Amino acid sequence: MNLLNHTPILIIAIPLLAAFLLPVIGRINKKTTGIFTTFVLSISLILTILLTVKILSVGPQVYVFGAKSPALTLPSGLKFPIRIMFQIDAMSIFMGLITAVISFVGAIYSLTFMEQHSGLDKYYSLLLLLTVGIFGIEFTGDMFNFFVFLEIASIAAVALISFRGVNLGEPVEAGFKYMVVSSIAALIVLFAVGIFYGKYDLLNFAALASVIKYSQLDKIALGLLVPVLAMKAGAVPMHMWTPDAYSEAPAPITIILVSASQASLYALFRVTFSLYNITLNTLSVGWIIIILGLLSMFIGVTMAIIQKDIKRLIAYNAISQTGYMLLGVGVGLAVLANPVALSKYGITAMEGGIFHIINHAMYEGLLFLTAGALFFRTGTRDLDKMGGLAHSMKYTTIFFIIGAAAISGLPPFNGFASKLLIYESVYRFNPLLSIIAMLVSILTLASFVKVFHSAFLGPKLPKFKEVREVPRSMVWAMVVLSCITIFFGLFPDLIVKNLVHPAVMALIEQFKYTGTVLGGI
Amino acid sequence: MIGNLPYIAVIIFIGLGIYTLMFKKNLIKIVIGICLLENGVNLFLITLGYRKGAVAPIYTQAPSGQSMVLPTPQALTLTSIVIGIAITALILSIAMMIYKHYGTLDTDQVRRLRG
Repeated sequence: MNLLNHTPILIIAIPLLAAFLLPVIGRINKKTTGIFTTFVLSISLILTILLTVKILSVGPQVYVFGAKSPALTLPSGLKFPIRIMFQIDAMSIFMGLITAVISFVGAIYSLTFMEQHSGLDKYYSLLLLLTVGIFGIEFTGDMFNFFVFLEIASIAAVALISFRGVNLGEPVEAGFKYMVVSSIAALIVLFAVGIFYGKYDLLNFAALASVIKYSQLDKIALGLLVPVLAMKAGAVPMHMWTPDAYSEAPAPITIILVSASQASLYALFRVTFSLYNITLNTLSVGWIIIILGLLSMFIGVTMAIIQKDIKRLIAYNAISQTGYMLLGVGVGLAVLANPVALSKYGITAMEGGIFHIINHAMYEGLLFLTAGALFFRTGTRDLDKMGGLAHSMKYTTIFFIIGAAAISGLPPFNGFASKLLIYESVYRFNPLLSIIAMLVSILTLASFVKVFHSAFLGPKLPKFKEVREVPRSMVWAMVVLSCITIFFGLFPDLIVKNLVHPAVMALIEQFKYTGTVLGGI
Repeated sequence: MIGNLPYIAVIIFIGLGIYTLMFKKNLIKIVIGICLLENGVNLFLITLGYRKGAVAPIYTQAPSGQSMVLPTPQALTLTSIVIGIAITALILSIAMMIYKHYGTLDTDQVRRLRG
């Protein structure tokens, strides 16, 4: 048996198995749970990189559960797939790569950040389950399986958000909100799955995509799916859970939650591009997504400027950055039916949007980790109470500058590269959208100047006399993310050509998506 | 007409669920709203697979020529019910924790996170 053929399932199976082994390991030795988790997630990361190389060189991969061979999608005599399967193309693996890196960094950071807490075996089990859920959302090729993974991710996320709830009230409040939002979202997704099943007797994404007609029922299903997936991704006006959940979760969990929100964003793109593609009225649906994006960008950043809690401020900025991705990909969707405009600026806009996803995960993760580092040493998230921390926390200050410059789109960091792609392509679609996007970028910088000024600058405060630099594992976690941030900023061409462009083409070319399952490309 | 009765029940369930979620201020009632929504969706799935006069989908024991109800929606519903139990248990335990910290279940008073 060649294990390499089973990489797609191993990426998920190894953390899943480890999640249930962890309580046992915790019984024997409490200290090793964190190291074990990091080890498991590093295996997942290596496997994801291997799979990425394979997919980018060979093409999309299918993994069918319970079949004689993992690539056997259609057993003899059948016209449509009946088994559950993973279908991983360039877009899925692009998201999978983000999840793998972010969860690995989160585990490293947790090693010292969570050291003082009790119940660490449960914490790490849930962390692994959350990662499994996100991977599943990104890899699955089956509608119902998608619902199941969505629920796995939300249950684990809720338990992690309210992890500090034993002593505090706020984390459980945030957890309750997140649970209500995500269970409603998941149930409505299930309802839409029911509609598809009732109409076409199919659950497989690719098989559905090949027969979908955009009739009245399909419109209802689309109308159910788009808002709830946008809600799970944290787009305005369904964003109320985002700042609460992001700010109350422990910092390493927050960065994985960002990845979870992006997985919903991925599902939104998958539904609109791979499932419906040009059968739907691309211009109007595209504009709906663009308007969601604009609202998220603008309201997110204006709310961010007035925040006093550092993590809430960054969380509102996360909403605002989600708007850029929706804007870029929305423009791509709006011109999808128009091949001339698509090749002129549609593809570039989508490249900008998709590239922004990976950039966002990296610098937003970095910013949340620096906020966590400040909280770890000062015990507060209130910007009014901080000050002069640049004297004692030199590394954290540098990491914060890198993250803040990247999120505001300053060269040579990665935010600049993707935002420039969005600006120049969106300008050709509608100049006003591009101007708003630039304005939002300036406001983002303003909000981070405020954080930098009140937390890091100023004289050394007597109450923070004892504050030292954070322990090594936290510094290394931030080093990884800032290296990626700088690398992507210096060589954007390399990333766009090798990772982002295949992902965009995987979204646009629906026949390839259906072809990998149904054959006959 | 009578065959559509389950769908009307689905609409009533989901409508009541959404009404409860939107207008009730008690955390436990919000949980009940989610349960109603979930039951509506489960009923919808199971109704999709129903065929009039069909037998249970056990291949080896079905009389030949008799039509069977669809097994897939039943499998989906079973999974969905199991997930629903996990969610209800978790969310109720969170409501319990909120009551412990805030001393109330009223959503107007459980509002320390704002802005």
